[in-house]
Amino acid sequence: MADAPIHVVPTMTKPKTTRFDTLALHAGARPDPATGARATPIYQSASFVFRDSDHAAALFNMERAGHVYSRLSNPTCAVLEERISALEDGVGAIAVASGQAALHLAIVTLMGAGSHIVASRALYGGSHNLLDFTLPRFGIQTTFVDPRDVDAWRAAIRPSTRLLFGETLGNPGLEVLDIPRVAQLAHEHGLPLLVDSTFTTPYLLRPLQYGADLVYHSATKFLSGHGVVIGGLLVDGGRFDWDEPGKSAGKFPTLTEPYAGFHDMVFVEESTTAAFLLRARREGIRDFGACMAPMTAFQILQGIETLPLRMQRHTENTRKIVAFLAAHALVESVAYPELPQHPDHELAQRLLPQGCGAVLSFSIRGTREHGRRFVESLRIFSHLANVGDAKSLVIHPASTTHFRVSAADLRAAGIGEGTIRLSVGLEDAEDLLEDLSRALYAAGKA
Amino acid sequence: MRCAVNGGSVYAYTAARRFDARLPTLVFVHGAAQDHSVWALQARYFAYHGRNVLAVDLPGHGRTDGDPLASVEASAQWLLALLEELHLPPVALVGHSLGALVALEAAGHHPQRAAQIALLGPAVPMPVSDVLLDAARANDHLAYELITGWSFSAGHQLGGNPQPGVWMVGNAMRLMERSRPGVLYADLLACHRYAGGLVAAAGVRCPALAILGERDLMAPAKNAPALIAALADCSVLTVAECGHSLMTEAPDAVLDALRDFLPLPPSPQSST
Repeated sequence: MADAPIHVVPTMTKPKTTRFDTLALHAGARPDPATGARATPIYQSASFVFRDSDHAAALFNMERAGHVYSRLSNPTCAVLEERISALEDGVGAIAVASGQAALHLAIVTLMGAGSHIVASRALYGGSHNLLDFTLPRFGIQTTFVDPRDVDAWRAAIRPSTRLLFGETLGNPGLEVLDIPRVAQLAHEHGLPLLVDSTFTTPYLLRPLQYGADLVYHSATKFLSGHGVVIGGLLVDGGRFDWDEPGKSAGKFPTLTEPYAGFHDMVFVEESTTAAFLLRARREGIRDFGACMAPMTAFQILQGIETLPLRMQRHTENTRKIVAFLAAHALVESVAYPELPQHPDHELAQRLLPQGCGAVLSFSIRGTREHGRRFVESLRIFSHLANVGDAKSLVIHPASTTHFRVSAADLRAAGIGEGTIRLSVGLEDAEDLLEDLSRALYAAGKA
Repeated sequence: MRCAVNGGSVYAYTAARRFDARLPTLVFVHGAAQDHSVWALQARYFAYHGRNVLAVDLPGHGRTDGDPLASVEASAQWLLALLEELHLPPVALVGHSLGALVALEAAGHHPQRAAQIALLGPAVPMPVSDVLLDAARANDHLAYELITGWSFSAGHQLGGNPQPGVWMVGNAMRLMERSRPGVLYADLLACHRYAGGLVAAAGVRCPALAILGERDLMAPAKNAPALIAALADCSVLTVAECGHSLMTEAPDAVLDALRDFLPLPPSPQSST
């Protein structure tokens, strides 16, 4: 049958694709060839033995694939990197020490002093600190814009702009980033869009499929899911052309010009699809060193295995709580994009059809004291500064993270004196509702 | 590096190494809707071990100008014109899939140009199914999905990339997505219509190496014997548990086979 079509057998007329829930369990991993271990082993080793000197030189010079030293790559971390890439529909990823390290690595891979970023002003406080206070010391400036105002994004772009950056869901108003529109704007200017997808995870939204070019996570949150590790993941979408004539050409010399720090490698020539990722690993992780520990990678992998199940339960519980709060007399407002009155409701229906995640904010009628009394009356919700735990969490910004901020400045930041942020966990929803009901009653008596 | 062939600008990856006329040259030729970057590891090794390396982008692919060529024969003529333009003595030709056919055609009809040929994932003939051709003709994303689904062994569909941090299925998909409209169809049609493989094989005068993937669904190893038999001096390596994406799925096995087949010249200028 030498003349029969050999690219396909008759029944294979549909593409072979592996679905999300299966990828969450298997992508990047296989039974350990050395021991048969089914779980991904924790390769708790700083370095890896060379077969001989030629092998060593080939590994260092990117002539062979493999691991040299765990700051650069590690087999356990590599499984996690493949898994998040598969789930995000990217070409590859780098596991780093934290979400902040991921943001930093993305920025320093793309630009240096004299560069400029346009960012949503509805950012996690740590990201805002890096952009607004720290990076200017290194010559990188940021203009913050209303994430809903595409004209503001456009107006803020300068000749020195190298990146647009936002979060899938803003903080604390849960503004939904219009990824298709902002990405289109970015690409019109030859710029990439970086998205922090921590709140949504790839289970709810895959920004790369809507036009984003780079995605990162604080894997500390929903990906690991149990509040036991600090880690970050930076994913390269592989679609952005870093050297497009008339658009991006000339803007990203770190990727398009010879790099003396690695044998004059020109990263866009070395890899057509993963030039960013290559530079981030060959320079950023090598020199800045914010790598992930293999034990951390293992714990995040364990979390991702149940990500689909957990995100379903997170979202179901959140919907019940949103409905309860929206109808409560002591609650002034609830910010959750599934609510019809949320400004981004229609956009959320398009981008987040499976749900808007498990973080919401609401405002209690009254003063800071009412908010403080509410938080301190909760028994199941834990009062702390984190989100994305299996356990339900709460924070009252006006009495904690923003307690020195005046009421007027709070309002400017979109935070009321009674604003409460919840991260809804996996407990029985009835217990959570009872906890909230009890605390609201106590707050009402303040 | 860049040069001009038939008036068009051509890109060839050299691992940022300067061309040295004293050294033997390896020319790598990629497959359908791909480019030089599929050879990054292997090309880089030889560039730092006493060879000139030219991992070319075929016309209309990657960084080379022009439209994709309509036939394997035309691509072989273009490749020979490139060798002529660079005044190269006989070179080692290393091709994958479509690139293997191009290397075979060039070496078979112009044996004086080839010192060795290495054919990865070859099949003669290389017919393409109607469903894939139809999807490629329509520039339907289905074509990329079908190829990606068939190009990796079942085990590698779920990853396990020797290259840390790279999701090889996604990377392969993205590389094809970046090809220009019509390129994949032109390439597949060229494979489909190529009928001169066994004649070309009979004309090859240099040593040949065939590297086959045990789990290759695109160009199954069972379809290679006629080609191998037609080559006068052909050694064969079948890579276990490997699909069609040999350089990605088994980069070390491919490199080791090429290294054994293409021994270092007497005065290597290894400079790692």
